[in-house]
Amino acid sequence: MTAGARLVEGLAAFRMIAAMWIRSTMTYRFSFAMTLLANFVVNFFDFVVILLMFTHVEGLGGLAFAEVAFLYGATSTAFGLADLALGQVSRIGRRVRDGTLDTLLVRPAPVLAQVAADRFALRRLGRVTQGLFVFVWALVLVDIDWTVLKVLVVPMMVLSGAVIFGSVMVAGAAFQFWARDAAEVVNSFTYGGNTLLQYPPTIFAKDLVRGVTFVFPLAFVNWLPALYVLGRPYPVDLPAFTAFLPPLVAVLCALLAGACWRAGLRAYRSTGS
Amino acid sequence: MRLYAAVAAGGFRRHATYRVATAAGVFTNTVFGFVLTFTFMALWDERPNLGGYDKPEALAYVWIGQALLATCGLMGGGGFAEELIERIKTGDVAIDLYRPADLQLWWLSADLGRAAFELLGRGIVPMAVGALAFDLALPDHAWQWPAFLVSVALGVVVGFAIWFLVALSAFWLMDGAGVVQIAWLCGLFFSGMLLPLTVFPGVLGDVARVLPWASMLQVPADVFLGKHTGWGLLEAYGFQAGWAVVLLAAGRGLQLVARRRVVVQGG
Repeated sequence: MTAGARLVEGLAAFRMIAAMWIRSTMTYRFSFAMTLLANFVVNFFDFVVILLMFTHVEGLGGLAFAEVAFLYGATSTAFGLADLALGQVSRIGRRVRDGTLDTLLVRPAPVLAQVAADRFALRRLGRVTQGLFVFVWALVLVDIDWTVLKVLVVPMMVLSGAVIFGSVMVAGAAFQFWARDAAEVVNSFTYGGNTLLQYPPTIFAKDLVRGVTFVFPLAFVNWLPALYVLGRPYPVDLPAFTAFLPPLVAVLCALLAGACWRAGLRAYRSTGS
Repeated sequence: MRLYAAVAAGGFRRHATYRVATAAGVFTNTVFGFVLTFTFMALWDERPNLGGYDKPEALAYVWIGQALLATCGLMGGGGFAEELIERIKTGDVAIDLYRPADLQLWWLSADLGRAAFELLGRGIVPMAVGALAFDLALPDHAWQWPAFLVSVALGVVVGFAIWFLVALSAFWLMDGAGVVQIAWLCGLFFSGMLLPLTVFPGVLGDVARVLPWASMLQVPADVFLGKHTGWGLLEAYGFQAGWAVVLLAAGRGLQLVARRRVVVQGG
């Protein structure tokens, strides 16, 4: 089967399983409404922190409120999209532990699609909505000399960011094939990364910024392209073209995550129970 | 009494079993500690003495928060609420109600055991890393350490009382996920986990400081930083103990109602 056909098959399986879980969720409507609201609010809290900070200061790391909101909106939307599509893969540790992954292996659908759609959480729409809301608001508030290139960078940044976050989630899930109980480590890179990117890079230690630029390429989610759009310097000296690299980085991350996933799946040994 | 001590010991041992998960938790708390430290530094560089803290105190606050996150059940009730909800949902709670032990005391004991382990297993290392990497304000006097531990213990009881109420709501709602999330959000916001409550503006700050969640992080952190001494310390304890009594009593009331009117699931 070609890679294209496998992708189509995977997406079809994802859609069917996700639709099933959505119907199931809707059985408890009150609970769903509350989880949706909670999901919206919890992300909003990160933003409330920034709002509260700005009741005390004029700027953070040299950026004004609208500029920080722009960074926040970009990463939150990207993270929210990845979380909606792939957030459930973090539950794989449990399936590896109790052996229920076996069921997925014998079904005629790609395992990754099944794991991603497992207990599909429509409530995660709350996170995307909230991120998008702040992002649009920031775009209205912020003072940018728009050029065609800058306009194009904005959607490119969000989509590439979503792929980068999604790759981290899949790689993290693959990691759980070996380290079953260490699911929480992945949170430091997903949720922790998201929190990190909500703030301007200028407030962090240079080594930390270098680390998330060169080693663990989270900086390409929003820092590099967003600072280009805002016309602000990046604390680590890099050539200007790096602002346009996110799609390339995203593809590389996705390939790497795919390789990790396949390696993990091959290494899987059932508990036999 | 011996029974509940055994349950508490069991709670401690049960959580101590998952060493890799504990190490993973410590790692995550430490990473978040680093990220938050830099944001707090940026804020306190601009506004020294914001909220009555100087910079080393503000940074210590970050790491106390990371150390107490698991202990005080600021993240989803340390798992006990979800477990109890699951038992209510499946009907297994009927077995718990048969036991010659009180439901609330049983779970409180188990949770105290859990909290004791989380404080040792997940609290000490992040705090030590934070203190090594940054200039943190540590207690000047030896008595502040036990005073802090008492405050943490009271915070754990308040945290338990809240999560117990949340869990019992499953008798009526069946699917507790929504209430759990709402409770988790309130805990996150009103405990001072996001920012110290002393930094909250105006009425919001006044309200946040008297809600029960304040006793889960803000009060212990202030005791640690030596903000409460003498009568002030007793007042702080009184505030925490007061909420603990009120919430435990509410949980007891709800438990009685649930016991009388509920048809257990599972047939």
